[in-house]
Amino acid sequence: MPVPSAFPPPQYTLKPDPEPVMTALVSIRGVSKRYTRGKQTVEVLAKLDLDIASGDFLALMGPSGSGKTTLLNLIGGLDQPSDGEIRVNDKRIDQLSSNALAKWRARHVGFIFQFYNLLPVLTAEANVELPLLLTDLSKAQRKKAVAAALAVVGLSERATHKPNELSGGQQQRVAIARALVADPTLLVCDEPTGDLDRKTADEVLTLLQDLNRNYGKTIIMVTHDAKAAEYATHQLHMDKGALVVSGAAA
Amino acid sequence: MRFLPLVWASLFHKKTRLVLTLLSLTAAFMLFGLLQAVSVLFSSGADFVGANRLITQARVSFTQPLPLALLPRIEAIPGVARVAYSQFFGGIYIDERNFFPQFTVEPERLLDCYPEWKLPADQREAFIRTKTGAIVGRKLVEKYGFKIGDKIPLKSFIFTKKDGTRAWEWEVVGIFDGQDEDWAGRSNLMYLNYGHFDEARQFGQGSAGVYIIRVADPNESERIANDIDRQFENSPDETKTQTEKDWNLSFARQIGDIGLIVTAILGAVFFTILLVTGNTMSQAVRERIPEFAVLKTLGFSDGKVTALVLAEAFALCLIGGLIGMVLAVGAAKVVSGLLNGSPVVVQPVVWLQALATMVALAFAVGIFPALRARRLQIVDALAGR
Repeated sequence: MPVPSAFPPPQYTLKPDPEPVMTALVSIRGVSKRYTRGKQTVEVLAKLDLDIASGDFLALMGPSGSGKTTLLNLIGGLDQPSDGEIRVNDKRIDQLSSNALAKWRARHVGFIFQFYNLLPVLTAEANVELPLLLTDLSKAQRKKAVAAALAVVGLSERATHKPNELSGGQQQRVAIARALVADPTLLVCDEPTGDLDRKTADEVLTLLQDLNRNYGKTIIMVTHDAKAAEYATHQLHMDKGALVVSGAAA
Repeated sequence: MRFLPLVWASLFHKKTRLVLTLLSLTAAFMLFGLLQAVSVLFSSGADFVGANRLITQARVSFTQPLPLALLPRIEAIPGVARVAYSQFFGGIYIDERNFFPQFTVEPERLLDCYPEWKLPADQREAFIRTKTGAIVGRKLVEKYGFKIGDKIPLKSFIFTKKDGTRAWEWEVVGIFDGQDEDWAGRSNLMYLNYGHFDEARQFGQGSAGVYIIRVADPNESERIANDIDRQFENSPDETKTQTEKDWNLSFARQIGDIGLIVTAILGAVFFTILLVTGNTMSQAVRERIPEFAVLKTLGFSDGKVTALVLAEAFALCLIGGLIGMVLAVGAAKVVSGLLNGSPVVVQPVVWLQALATMVALAFAVGIFPALRARRLQIVDALAGR
């Protein structure tokens, strides 16, 4: 189902992509992140190196405080590293200004959160439309793109419903549609099933897997849940700000 | 324009709070529109356009009487159609709470000058003939139940009788009404026969408070007013002649500096509104910090988030303000009636002042929450820090 591009070129399509090209999309070199809390400086990430291939579905696992969400925030351009270099699609994002980073996020990253983070006063379609408000698309084009994104997550019938009229799983699907609608380079998911029951979680994870396998979306997912991680193509484990184990999922 | 639905929806984040804030703003701007309209009316200069009646009083103060000797000299001025004279009586009917205006007048002259008052011919004759006669307005009749033949005791707080008492008695000989709804609304007054009053009073004989001049051609009003005042220049009885409308307004001006009073009231109102609306906006933004963090996450720049919050403040102030101003237009019509026909109109200049105030208020209440939203760190806000 072709939809108009939010950021032409390239042309955004939600066509199946059976053989995604596995080249390094995210490149992290010597990245450290330190926070200062009062008089204490806490090092959350320590000289981390990592490559994430284009078309990968990576699960980042590890105990609380291991630095996985911090790493996700750095890759998604929500935060800046204390040291090191982060490249996404060969563009250094660690040196971008706040406004340039905002533009970059709008163009390249789709975010999915544990608690959906939908705007409660907006309908599902208005929530999905939000990223497109930052584009030059006309109202009609935006409407078409929103309809396509909601169709991909199977919520066309719920377009005019507000978040409080939707179940948790449906809200997360709306959040996924919002993450997808501007055709981002990568999807960043922070505990996307953390607030869902097993059955609904499996549905959401299947949807993410489908987006990865059939639409070629690169997905980086932070999770505590080993079962959720099994949906990824690769798993990385972190502890105390460092990568400890990596491997391919089943 | 594409962000308008987002701004609009955000306003409804808390509906009850929105309604209460809008009500506060509406009330404030209704007061603003009305008081500014009154202030404009009082601060406007003399306007002789279309005035067919002039009032001449002593230049120093309307409390200083003018001698009746001025009458023929005023009548002699070209363009003067009829002249009446009147003295404020200041009587209290039974109780101080029952105060209503009474004027002693020469009946024929008064009724000639005020054709707007409608009185049956026989009652007009009775008023002219009866020395202690009085005519009462329809509104007073409705309020106190006066009827023809009633003897009405009035205790004047200004005039004593020759016998040293202040108790006067007047016989109702006629009931007058207004020619239309407007004049009927002003008929809460009483006219007393000057003849008896002047004979019986202890002091001030042969004088009156004001002269009422009916002009033949309203276009000549300004010239006639100037001629009258010039006539008595450098005499012991210098005069000040105004249109009836301006003279009525000058009464209200006795209260004090209307502009200052209006400014003081509006200052207090808008200071309160600033706090109420400012608090609403701050609370609205504080509660929605995670939402602004999400918007920033999606790529909304710091500037766009600032603009969204400011736009919300502008929408709030404009909606409340415009509703208030529309209500002020209605209220102004009511007040016009109370001010004896002086037109209280919400003029374009008041609308412009109101719009400027809405914009200034919106900026004042929106800027700090907007800056807060602008400065928020996405990671901290999403983590609830």
